[in-house]
Amino acid sequence: MGAEPYTEETRKKIEDILKVKVYNSYGLTEMNGPGVAFECEYQDGMHLWEDSYLMEIVNPETGKQLPEGETGELILTTLTREGMPIIRYRTRDLTFIIPGKCKCGRTHRRISRIKGRADDMFIIRGVNIYPQQIERVLMSVAHVEKNYQIYLEDGDKIKVKVEITKKLFDGNLDNLKKLQCDLTENLKTEILVRPNVELVEPGTLPVSEGKAKRVFDNRKIY
Amino acid sequence: MPILKQLSVFVQNRPGKIERLTGILAESKINILAFNIASSGEYGVIKMIVDKPELANKKYKEAGLTSYLSEVLGIVMKDKPGGLNYLAKIITKNKLNVENAYVYVPKSRKNAMLIIDVRDIKEAKQNLAFDKKL
Repeated sequence: MGAEPYTEETRKKIEDILKVKVYNSYGLTEMNGPGVAFECEYQDGMHLWEDSYLMEIVNPETGKQLPEGETGELILTTLTREGMPIIRYRTRDLTFIIPGKCKCGRTHRRISRIKGRADDMFIIRGVNIYPQQIERVLMSVAHVEKNYQIYLEDGDKIKVKVEITKKLFDGNLDNLKKLQCDLTENLKTEILVRPNVELVEPGTLPVSEGKAKRVFDNRKIY
Repeated sequence: MPILKQLSVFVQNRPGKIERLTGILAESKINILAFNIASSGEYGVIKMIVDKPELANKKYKEAGLTSYLSEVLGIVMKDKPGGLNYLAKIITKNKLNVENAYVYVPKSRKNAMLIIDVRDIKEAKQNLAFDKKL
């Protein structure tokens, strides 16, 4: 089981209900897909196939190598590929190398469950989406600059709230409806899932201190 | 047949908006002459004719509201049965496409004013002025 966030409770639930063992797995398309790292029978961390992939954990900001046990960004290098070798690919996945030996006896080191992302990417209905994609569309369709926010809701729904500032308003209701429609369609073309575009008054979006938070993920992780 | 300034404000469809908009005007002693709401689900546009449109626009902007001043045509008509119908005939004759219209009745009640929102105000005014009775 892998690819999207889920809890240990869910893993155990599936094991109980289906009466099977569920093994956590980690992988990415840029390597070979699923199975870059996989749990053994002890289900205590995922063994990464170090004979095929060279792994490094680095500080995502400075690039400095981190020791075992410290959480950082996973960087992978293919060792056995011919057609498309990849050198020091920054996965943006945050994890740490579990120090010490595994009870199974394998010497391939283990990584922990993925702790998060070093960037803003999120997944909706199986599709990887970057807030920058949404920002680009908002900018090109309507010159919306920073006055927007993205809300991810249960059911993998994506809502984009856009503040209607002076330059987006000419007093005409039909033009607003057209704007809403244009934004929805252009966003759907770019991110492949249809968002719910909401037009809101200026000053209604919560302001964050420091770096602006644009994505609010309200989904429950099961 | 004056050209009037119309104030349009973008609001979300939530309770308290009309109170807020009219409160700001009351505070600045601005009188509302005509009032109209167009809404579409979650949001709408409130349009008003007020006696001090530039001041109202300024106050709304200071309050953080998205407001817009545009021009509309005010046509005087008799405050009697048939008053509006007479005007409507002239509007049809001149092939004017009216995007929005509402009425303002001043205290005197001697006549009423039809306020129309058309694409080309100046052209509409010119065409309508040819019908002498206006």
